[in-house]
Amino acid sequence: MVEIAEGCTLDSLPPMIRLVLQGRAAALDAAAGALGLDAVPPLLRAASGAGGQALRLGPFELMILPALGSRAGLDAALAALPHSLVDVSDRHVGFVLEGARAADILAGLCPLDFAPSSFPVGMVTRTLLDKAGAAIWRTGAQTFHIEVWRSFAPYVEAQLREVGRGISFSLLSV
Amino acid sequence: MSGVFRLAGRGRIDPSRPVAFRFDGRLIRGYAGDTVASALLAEGRHLMGRSFKYHRPRGPVSAGSDEPNALIGVGEGGRYTPNLRATQVEIHDGLVAVSQNRAPSLRFDIGALNTLAAPLLPAGFYYKTFMWPRGFWDKVYEPLIRRAAGLGRAPEAPDPDHYALHYAHCDVLVAGGGPAGLAAALAAGRMGARVILCDENAEFGGSLLADAYSRIDGLTAMDWVARMVAELERLPNVQLLTRCSAFHYGPHNMVALNQRLTDHLAMPPADMPRERIWQVRAREVVLAAGALERALVFEGNDRPGIMLASAARTYLHRYGVACGRKAVVVTADDAAYRVALDLAEAGVKIAAIADLRPVPGGTLVEAARARGIRILPATTIQRAHGHLRVTGAELAPVGEGGAVGKGRAVACDLVLMSGGFTPSLHLHSQARGALRFDDALGVYLPGEAIERVRSAGACRGVFALDAVLRDGVAAGLAAAGGENGPEWRVTRQDAPGTGGFAGALPRRGPGHLALAFVDFQNDVTAKDVKLAVREGFRSIEHVKRYTTTGMATDQGKGSNVNALAIVSNVLGRRPEEIGLTTYRPPYTPVTFGAFAGHARGDQFDPLRLPPMDGWARARGAVFEDVGQWRRARYFPRAGEDMAAAVARECRAVRSAAGIFDASTLGKIEVAGPDAAEFMNRFYVNAWTKLGVGKCRYGLVCRDSGFVYDDGVVGRIAADRFHVTTTTGGAAGVLNMMEDYLQTEWADLDVWLTSVTEQWAVIALQGPRAREILAPLVDGLDISAASMPHMTLREGSIGGVPMRLFRVSFTGELGYEINVPSGQARAVWDRVWQAGAACGLTPYGTEAMHVLRAEKGYLIVGQETDGTMTPGDVGCGWAVSKVKPDFIGKRALALPAMNAPDRLQMVGVLTDDPLSMLEEGMQLVAAAHIPAPTSAEGHVTSSYFSPALGRSIALAMVKGGRGRMGTGLYAPCLDGPPLKVTLVDPVFYDPEGARLNG
Amino acid sequence: MLLIDCPYCGPRAEIEFAYGGEAHIVRPAADVSEAEWEAFLYLRDNTKGVLAERWRHSHGCGRFFNALRDTRTDRFLAFYEIGTPRPETGEAA
Repeated sequence: MVEIAEGCTLDSLPPMIRLVLQGRAAALDAAAGALGLDAVPPLLRAASGAGGQALRLGPFELMILPALGSRAGLDAALAALPHSLVDVSDRHVGFVLEGARAADILAGLCPLDFAPSSFPVGMVTRTLLDKAGAAIWRTGAQTFHIEVWRSFAPYVEAQLREVGRGISFSLLSV
Repeated sequence: MSGVFRLAGRGRIDPSRPVAFRFDGRLIRGYAGDTVASALLAEGRHLMGRSFKYHRPRGPVSAGSDEPNALIGVGEGGRYTPNLRATQVEIHDGLVAVSQNRAPSLRFDIGALNTLAAPLLPAGFYYKTFMWPRGFWDKVYEPLIRRAAGLGRAPEAPDPDHYALHYAHCDVLVAGGGPAGLAAALAAGRMGARVILCDENAEFGGSLLADAYSRIDGLTAMDWVARMVAELERLPNVQLLTRCSAFHYGPHNMVALNQRLTDHLAMPPADMPRERIWQVRAREVVLAAGALERALVFEGNDRPGIMLASAARTYLHRYGVACGRKAVVVTADDAAYRVALDLAEAGVKIAAIADLRPVPGGTLVEAARARGIRILPATTIQRAHGHLRVTGAELAPVGEGGAVGKGRAVACDLVLMSGGFTPSLHLHSQARGALRFDDALGVYLPGEAIERVRSAGACRGVFALDAVLRDGVAAGLAAAGGENGPEWRVTRQDAPGTGGFAGALPRRGPGHLALAFVDFQNDVTAKDVKLAVREGFRSIEHVKRYTTTGMATDQGKGSNVNALAIVSNVLGRRPEEIGLTTYRPPYTPVTFGAFAGHARGDQFDPLRLPPMDGWARARGAVFEDVGQWRRARYFPRAGEDMAAAVARECRAVRSAAGIFDASTLGKIEVAGPDAAEFMNRFYVNAWTKLGVGKCRYGLVCRDSGFVYDDGVVGRIAADRFHVTTTTGGAAGVLNMMEDYLQTEWADLDVWLTSVTEQWAVIALQGPRAREILAPLVDGLDISAASMPHMTLREGSIGGVPMRLFRVSFTGELGYEINVPSGQARAVWDRVWQAGAACGLTPYGTEAMHVLRAEKGYLIVGQETDGTMTPGDVGCGWAVSKVKPDFIGKRALALPAMNAPDRLQMVGVLTDDPLSMLEEGMQLVAAAHIPAPTSAEGHVTSSYFSPALGRSIALAMVKGGRGRMGTGLYAPCLDGPPLKVTLVDPVFYDPEGARLNG
Repeated sequence: MLLIDCPYCGPRAEIEFAYGGEAHIVRPAADVSEAEWEAFLYLRDNTKGVLAERWRHSHGCGRFFNALRDTRTDRFLAFYEIGTPRPETGEAA
């Protein structure tokens, strides 16, 4: 646990399997079924099933974090449907930013509104962290899972630390 | 109390907390709450600066951000900040401030001789005078003028502070914390709306901080402010920001605020940002920016000791400072009478009130009369006397028809002027709102808005306090969508009265030599503005640029309306027919540090490091930036320069093997049942017949027919392609693919995924590459027979999943080993160890360039410039003749795209094998052609080729392929032209025997 | 910074988007005349008023979509999906 501001930690996530599924509704439905979900999560929402987690990043796109060893089920469920399923496990590096000031720190780099009413728990979206593309997933009231392309990770980590350095001196209340 | 002009028991400074700072080296004492200006005024000192052009001695005119004169430099070393307004700089122990634009000292300034030459320095003087001799401008005139003119110097040391940025979102942003802003914020805040209230001052209150007369709900104005602020602080949905200026109003209600966090602190906490930019996206904006008092334009109106009447009131009530002992008040409205009454009550003698109006009347005028203050109706100020401080005013009667009679001198050390109040329209105007001229008030007011913004209070011409509070509440409620707001009863207030004056005051005599300033900061006089109009400048925008009025750091806050009125009078046209100059951001100057925010130093831009960056750094590589990537350029050994290292790396690849990190290549996985159809439509090449496991060089054109990108494409499966792009083209190609897929070919079942960073690429190139690789690939047969050039295999390398391409950008037998980037370093290390016995050598981007140029392989963006067809660069063979359509097909059939004299890619050899051409050199037909002439072509790549032992170059030459063996000349800047011969661009192994080895 | 209402993701700041030029430009078949191809490539209206234009939510869902924007004020009048007709707004183009 690395504290980057009072009561706020930033940690790198260990390697994990990440798959990008693109296709029409039938393919997304089939994948949701294979993951044990009742339905495809709505746009910009994440859902968790026995087979893994699905992050709906676009109308025709899911990022899937399969539970260990469950890719085979996905492939089988999708076999008869037009789709593209691509392993991007190594394309990304994941971080967890957690703490009372986590949303404030993100607001130093990102023009999204992180108020719980605008960005509730379970919401996920691609956006920008300053000049780097990133996907931000609110996994808890004060916890964010951040995915960035591997080569941008040092830049994003340093930017988060820089914002964290000054964040204790602001009274950010709205 | 220190400071002989300090009045005990007055002001909002804290007399229990003395503060000492330095101004021009001298120790000055003040109190917590003082500004530099108020502390100096408390010592009776008005002289604080010298003017821009004439070096006139100047003192503060205002008490706020509109100050044009009292500009100072603050801080030391990297923290030195020039051109700060002394009226805003809060003092703290240890503060170091200096005056500007004077030498050797503020009191005696050699540059002040300019003022004697003022009759010779009218508007446009520089343009008219320093025209001859022509060469003198750069070397003589401009340096001299630059030294004489100007304000503060730029800091020279790096800025040691850090700066922050914060994106905020709210329902209602209220800009300005005076009575209207406080009322609006409270009305909206009580509704539960997310509210941000900002004010540029250290405390909220605005004009009320200098109002000792008004009573609200029985409270003094300042006590009422305290009560409002206390309630706002208790509301969790309200963000209060002081020392925070709203300086830019952007589209769709994005307003930028600049919050100053540490400059007022003697000992700021170590990690505290110095400033923070707030980018606020507001659903609704309430502008409560107030109004600024206008100066009067008369001869000598810039003498220290001449200031706005409202400023004297602020110094009295906010800082407990009397700005002089004996004041003359010159006014065109009632508000200055309240100032005179307050000053008189505090012990300042009021020598006279000269009122420009013929019959001043009303309660304030009566009150002044009752107090025994001498009131001179229909009286103007002909001139002010004094040099470093005003010593007297010449007051003269204005007769019917405007004729000015003989004046009489009145001794004084303070002249207070009031030309009425100009609503602050800056933010409304920045938001592209319309302005309308109000005849009754004689000023511009906000007109129709485009954004979701409304103005409240004095900034829209509402001046009476009770009306201002109601206006603020109404604006706050409307913004927050409510109906019932707070109400307060104003139990005592001044009536706003009527009057006001804009333009140059009437005077007796022609005044050819009179310096009556319109724009103090840029030293623009009434005479300059009149001259500009006489010389034919009719548009106010042209007058502004010719005279520079309104172009200083105060953005014409105090001068624009007076300049407008002068132009209006000279032209005999109404002000609204002349218009107003555009208000531009920032409202007040913002430091570069604040704009830079987090993006400075190494963090200015993302630095993308390829997977083998650490290995290359450990090997002592020299790097180059390629877009955001940092790539190893070459790997020098001890004693080697670049040429030697690159030559060695090239020789190693041609004689043994080289290893190269090619991971930055763009990679896109094209997958789906319609993948081949998509590829057919997107690339100029044909893909249907490319077998699984095979590769092909692909070329992308735009629909204009010009080459856009290139790269090798491998077919992984019937419905899956592994596409590579150039390093710089990766994002653009993917975007272009998505564009056509989503908007033209939405019927296709194919999807695109960027895998640039999924797959690291280890290029292994050279005659011994297979020998090194074969034992590592877990049983995969990579023999020449089973895996020829331009094929690919999926497999593993030491258990790591691998896509192995047999491709070459060097002309040698070569492989590109694609492995997941998280495991790439381990694979690289294994290949490196395996190659040690075979002379395996790391090479960088420079050797890569040399090796490909020896083979005549083009680089898109180097040989091409966005106007080259595939045929121009010798790739006409790649363009399918049979496909019904592809991007660029129609354009490539245009006659002009096939003209024989198009630029075509050729090789170029200098006649002297050791002479080097430079990239970008023009090629011309003869050794000596007088300029200007048109070029036959230009050099695109130039290297020393170790394989050939001579220089080689690639060039684009008109009809070049038909001119092989002929000569051209490359003119040089520093010597005779180089004679060159056009040759085939493939310099090395033209049969490709090595490639297919 | 414009606030752009992506039809899929909702209102987002302009920096998440890439501009895509004028909308409803039909790409002709490959057998059209030179003049028609030139018009497709290079001729645009440069509208002062309501312009139909393309945007891509490149740092979001990645989708292209169309918008109607008044170029005099930057005010958006509508956002709509690719392939759907230009909405009627009642305002002059």
